[in-house]
Amino acid sequence: MIRIEARPQPSAMMAYATPVLAVLLTMVFGGVLFAALGKDPFQAIATIFWEPVFGEFSFYYRPQLLVKGAPLVLIAIGLALGFKAGIWNIGAEGQYIVGAICGAAMGLAFYPTESVFIFPLMVLAGAVGGCIWALIPGVLKVKFGTNEILVSLMLVYVAEQLLASMSLGLLKNPEGFGFPGSRNLQQYPSAHNAELIANTGMHWGVVAALIAVIFSYILLTRHRLGFAIRVTGEAPRAARFGGVNPSRLILFCLGVSGLLAGLAGMFEVAGPAGQISIDFNVGYGFTAIIVAFLGRLNPIGIVLAGLLMALTYIGGDIAQSQLGLPAAAIQVFQGMLLFFLLALDLLTNYRVRFGTPEAAT
Amino acid sequence: MRTRLGVASPHIQWHRKVIHTKSAFLPKAQKRRKYAQCEPVWRTKTTKTCAAYCREGHRAATNGQGSAASQGERTKMTAPLLQLSGVTKAYPGVVANDSVSLSIGLGEIHALLGENGAGKSTLVKMIYGLVKPDAGTMQMFGKAFAPTDPRTARAAGVGMVFQHFSLFDALTVAENIALGMETPPPMRTLAARIRDVSETYGLPLSPDRIVGDLSAGERQRVEIIRCLLQDPKLLIMDEPTSVLTPQEVEILFETLRKLSAEGTAILYISHKLEEIRALCDAATILRGGKVVGTCVPRDTSARDMAELMVGSTLATPKSAAHVTGAVVLSVTALSAASPSAFGMALKDISFQVQSGEVLGIGGVAGNGQDELLAVLSGELPCKAGMVRFQDHDMAGIGPEARRGFGVLAAPEERLGHAAAPNMSLIENAMLTGAAREGLSKRGMLNWPKTRIFAERIIKEFDVRTPGPENAARSLSGGNLQKFVIGREVLQRPEVLVVNQPTWGVDAAAAADIRQALLDLAANGAALIVISQDLDELMEISDRFAALNEGRLSAPVSTQGLDVEQIGLMLGGAHGMEVAHV
Repeated sequence: MIRIEARPQPSAMMAYATPVLAVLLTMVFGGVLFAALGKDPFQAIATIFWEPVFGEFSFYYRPQLLVKGAPLVLIAIGLALGFKAGIWNIGAEGQYIVGAICGAAMGLAFYPTESVFIFPLMVLAGAVGGCIWALIPGVLKVKFGTNEILVSLMLVYVAEQLLASMSLGLLKNPEGFGFPGSRNLQQYPSAHNAELIANTGMHWGVVAALIAVIFSYILLTRHRLGFAIRVTGEAPRAARFGGVNPSRLILFCLGVSGLLAGLAGMFEVAGPAGQISIDFNVGYGFTAIIVAFLGRLNPIGIVLAGLLMALTYIGGDIAQSQLGLPAAAIQVFQGMLLFFLLALDLLTNYRVRFGTPEAAT
Repeated sequence: MRTRLGVASPHIQWHRKVIHTKSAFLPKAQKRRKYAQCEPVWRTKTTKTCAAYCREGHRAATNGQGSAASQGERTKMTAPLLQLSGVTKAYPGVVANDSVSLSIGLGEIHALLGENGAGKSTLVKMIYGLVKPDAGTMQMFGKAFAPTDPRTARAAGVGMVFQHFSLFDALTVAENIALGMETPPPMRTLAARIRDVSETYGLPLSPDRIVGDLSAGERQRVEIIRCLLQDPKLLIMDEPTSVLTPQEVEILFETLRKLSAEGTAILYISHKLEEIRALCDAATILRGGKVVGTCVPRDTSARDMAELMVGSTLATPKSAAHVTGAVVLSVTALSAASPSAFGMALKDISFQVQSGEVLGIGGVAGNGQDELLAVLSGELPCKAGMVRFQDHDMAGIGPEARRGFGVLAAPEERLGHAAAPNMSLIENAMLTGAAREGLSKRGMLNWPKTRIFAERIIKEFDVRTPGPENAARSLSGGNLQKFVIGREVLQRPEVLVVNQPTWGVDAAAAADIRQALLDLAANGAALIVISQDLDELMEISDRFAALNEGRLSAPVSTQGLDVEQIGLMLGGAHGMEVAHV
């Protein structure tokens, strides 16, 4: 018989061990899934985890790690602040889209003027756009007590419609022969978020992500606001007693996470993606939720988790092209990671005991 | 004991009358009122019992000895109901029970005394099958008794009423009771049985009421009735009176005496020695896991028992001669809605506190205590002019800014309100100490300084913990309470509001806390102590007011105030609804 018992203190060891265990379990069950699809599980797992970093074409894939990891980390850092305080922003994908639209629109408004001020203005516009999109569920929650999970999630679909409308209407490339999508910002030097060092994947988004990591680390460990966030997540009543204003905290957390998601969207559209198009968003906003939890809501952990998720993205792409694995199988694989992580979280606060229970405790 | 019942004071009868006319079962109210006024309840009803609820018959069927015992008026059988010999239980690093022997006769009300950590709860848990003894034997009716879990203990006739209730606020009384049963009967049958038992034992309670609307006393009745439905031979009660008004205590005692008269033994755990003297037939005193003495409580003074418990002479907190000064905090016509659905709104509360003064606010929890503390600490907003500190209006000023003024508070709920359970003591010291202790500068936190502050609290208030980096939830209730009170006291408040300062804290720690509060007042702070423990309020407060149904009676001097008067203030303040008895 198996019993689950509360631990007197949360286990610090388990808190670090569970992400690793979750990755291992995901590999095992992912392997089973791939085998069921008729692929060699070992080869599939190796393709996903080994190929991008050490494989034959790693010179091409390695920079991709930064390109894909940066938006994940940037978004996850913002989400983690809210999650720590028990504020659930599920709509980072929408904030990412709106940030990209605002950033691109700002740049395109100046086209074809060249100026060093254009890019900073785009950054600002992206941040403000994402922030405002995230403040909608925030203000509704504070004023009317609505559920931020539902509102922020539904706003993702609104943002997707907005994106489609922009690519077909306002922002459509006038010289694009009627194809949907905006001008390519990569061909507009003042607005292009180019690689800072060639062939490294290092662009301004990576820099922004690193700055966000450092700031959020300091915020959480050394600043009153970070302390307020942690206490609110642990014990909301104690936080209020300690002097935290819950409404302000909700607006702060949602605002910051939206701001960072908006930035991520802006850096993406001005750099790797290049243009606003109907299929601009690829799910970074949702994957960042996994990254935030996989990284234990800890800024350093999020960096590692972001890189790991980026790896599964790239490796998944390779597996798709080389082994013919369906894209859905890769998504299931990524989903498993979150599933196992959340399930194993139990082990931090509880321990599993085998054998028949005795009255003795 | 009987004579005491015979001279039941007039207000108790009046009390009953009010209730029964209101209660859901009106037909019997007439009858009941009659004997509540002219005869001791338990005597009249022994005969009714069998008809009303075939308890005795059932008992006779299951065990021949029970009915024999109940027929004789409080005839105590010499054969013990429960016999513990040499029971030992060790945990890593501590022997919780060291060769404890104890014997409880049929119908005996046996007190189990001891400080927190003396091993009372371990002993009781072994009897209730929650813990297995390492050595020693337990016998019930002369037969070996070794329950492996609470279910077998219940089947053997052991019932337990815990100090903390396990009830669901949103469900009715009957639904709550059904949830605790292995095979609940149909709801209608169960409701009828609940009514029967509640009437038989003088525990008025309607099965259809929502638990969230019940007072603490009524919730306890739900737990007691839940036990009585299992027809126990031994009822264990852990600190049953800590949440009751004096009137509710009287009613509980009548119920317990009645049960005892019918042969049900009661193992009664309490810190309140005067209650034990009034109620119990025998007492076993534990200290450090060992039996250090037994006594007949009626013939032993409370002080002697206390000293046996503590193992040394007990220092009574002394109030140094202190002068009360100017009015520091004034509350005028304060009304505020409760933030929670089951809370109590504050209605038109006015009082003033002077520096150097302790204002005691009595009353049963759930009558607005939490809300009053929240308004004073700044957690709940109030309108302009309602709360003033010196000449500052506190409207719109939050907890943090109030601490800046020197208005501090310590809420009742230690885990989750006064402290964050999973956070370390250092972090919990930061929670309220940031402003006054200079632990943060322009938003940046100074953790080394906070650690020193936490260590100072631990040292000066004798908080037993391996170190300040331990999580708040790893501390025992008493130690965490010392930490919480110490954290506020060390910040040198101008006004300190405390809710239930010694709730669930052992005698020695409680004395320390009270002494710290008195010292604080002696140094010129104004104190508002909200407590359910009337003895405590009498001991430390200069003036007393009762909070009932969200209203506060006018504060009166504690000089010459007796418990009876207080009971009336608590139960019937402002002619409002009586405290649900």
